[in-house]
Amino acid sequence: MKKLINSPESVVKDELAGLAAAHADLLRVDFENQIVVRADAPVVGKVGIISGGGSGHEPMHGGFVGRGMLDAACPGEVFTSPVPDQMLAATRAVNGGAGVLHIVKNYTGDVLNFEMAAELAQADGIEVASVTIDDDVAVRDSLYTAGRRGVGTTVIAEKITGAAAAAGAPLQRVADLCRKVNASGRSMGMALTSCTVPAAGKPTFELGDDEMEIGIGIHGEPGRVRMKLGSASEIAEMLLSPILEDLPFRSGDSVLAFVNGMGGTPLIELYVMYNEVNRILTAKGIRITRNLIGSYITSLEMAGCSVTLVRLDDELTQLWDAPVHTPALRWRA
Amino acid sequence: MAPDRACVLAWLRRSAQALHEQRQYLSDLDAAIGDGDHGINMDRGFTAVLDKLPAVAEADIGTILKTVGTTLVSTVGGASGPLYGTAFLRAGTALAGKQELQPSDVALGMDAALEGIMARGRAQRGEKTMVDALAPAVDAFKASINVGQPVADALEAAAAAGEQGMLATIPLVATKGRASYLGERSAGHQDPGATSVTLFLRAMQSGR
Repeated sequence: MKKLINSPESVVKDELAGLAAAHADLLRVDFENQIVVRADAPVVGKVGIISGGGSGHEPMHGGFVGRGMLDAACPGEVFTSPVPDQMLAATRAVNGGAGVLHIVKNYTGDVLNFEMAAELAQADGIEVASVTIDDDVAVRDSLYTAGRRGVGTTVIAEKITGAAAAAGAPLQRVADLCRKVNASGRSMGMALTSCTVPAAGKPTFELGDDEMEIGIGIHGEPGRVRMKLGSASEIAEMLLSPILEDLPFRSGDSVLAFVNGMGGTPLIELYVMYNEVNRILTAKGIRITRNLIGSYITSLEMAGCSVTLVRLDDELTQLWDAPVHTPALRWRA
Repeated sequence: MAPDRACVLAWLRRSAQALHEQRQYLSDLDAAIGDGDHGINMDRGFTAVLDKLPAVAEADIGTILKTVGTTLVSTVGGASGPLYGTAFLRAGTALAGKQELQPSDVALGMDAALEGIMARGRAQRGEKTMVDALAPAVDAFKASINVGQPVADALEAAAAAGEQGMLATIPLVATKGRASYLGERSAGHQDPGATSVTLFLRAMQSGR
């Protein structure tokens, strides 16, 4: 294992210290509770928005704390759900009296820990709404599984709900918008290489030099199929077909196209992928009206990418365009 | 003699010991169908529990169990933290104020733990989870005390039934948790959660 770390045990704390040192104008880190909190939280009268999950997906979620997006993030150990104490501390820290939205990715650990935290916060008299993101079309059978995993749409939902909360929308409205983004978004990912959890010291799974895994999860969960490496054009087809069929996206739709790097993929390859995505969607009469290209929801050093499409209307487009200033996303602010 | 506070504390210490010894085994089982950290997480949680026990050594059994529950919720993470945490919290609530346990109290605590896990995890029997070891153990314990057998025999019956339930998870296809992403490929592997449940049951049985 070759990594830029001091020790596997200290990697999350060391990263948080770096985040705090770099972005003191936007956020602070409460090391006792292991949470990242917006510098001026709580904002009185504003709905607070928190999210969280295992570490190793940076910049998600800590890199999205700031103005116009998340009010707090709860990082767990690498690929391990945070605990309810963190979420409760974050909920208290961002409660400005208008209630708090929990954005939860659909993994059993995250769901159960957030559920306990919501119960504890409500017992404290804080109004909490929880929305689960489950956009990964690689998981087919939701009746006989824990359901679809939460992936790329999470980033879009955090931006859009953050804008709505900043504009003064009440809790139920912000929660409804989050559900709307989740209902409009679909994703699928693929891996060229595995990744190594620092505490484990060895790759999470094995993938041959000439192989790729289509439908990979962001913790290296198995995908739909393992096969010989294809071209960017073929891979784009394999990721987009199930996404397009599932919603379904139709000719005439306007979409936000998000081409995301898994952590070990250079931007040159992500633009090659974006070109393929654009070509396929154009041929189907689907218009990309907004895009996001870069590594925003990652799997440590895994090489590969995911594609997320979110169907946009005027409301979602305006909220996407609203000012945001966080370590990882910034425009018009 | 009815189990008292000292028996409960001794059971928790033996459980911590067993989890520590089986840490790698539990993680290896988890690596096959989950994310490979079940042993690490449970060992971390019960190490924290051992630190907390001296502070509640004079408390009633309900308080001791609730303390175990809140400690696990705060330290384990993953899915097992809320599941085991809820089990101990519910058992502690059911046994609030008790200084010693009649056989019917033990059954009450076990029932509360099982119901807590099933409610929190929205799990039924036969889904390749902790429930598949705990549910038959609770059944066996109750059947045994209902025919008037001593608690020690009932605990032996519970541990044996739990281990049978654990082995019966091997051919099952998981429909809950991370293992469910594997679908049919989850068959042929023993469930790590059901396995850790049997460590608690066995630790109880050797307590009497």
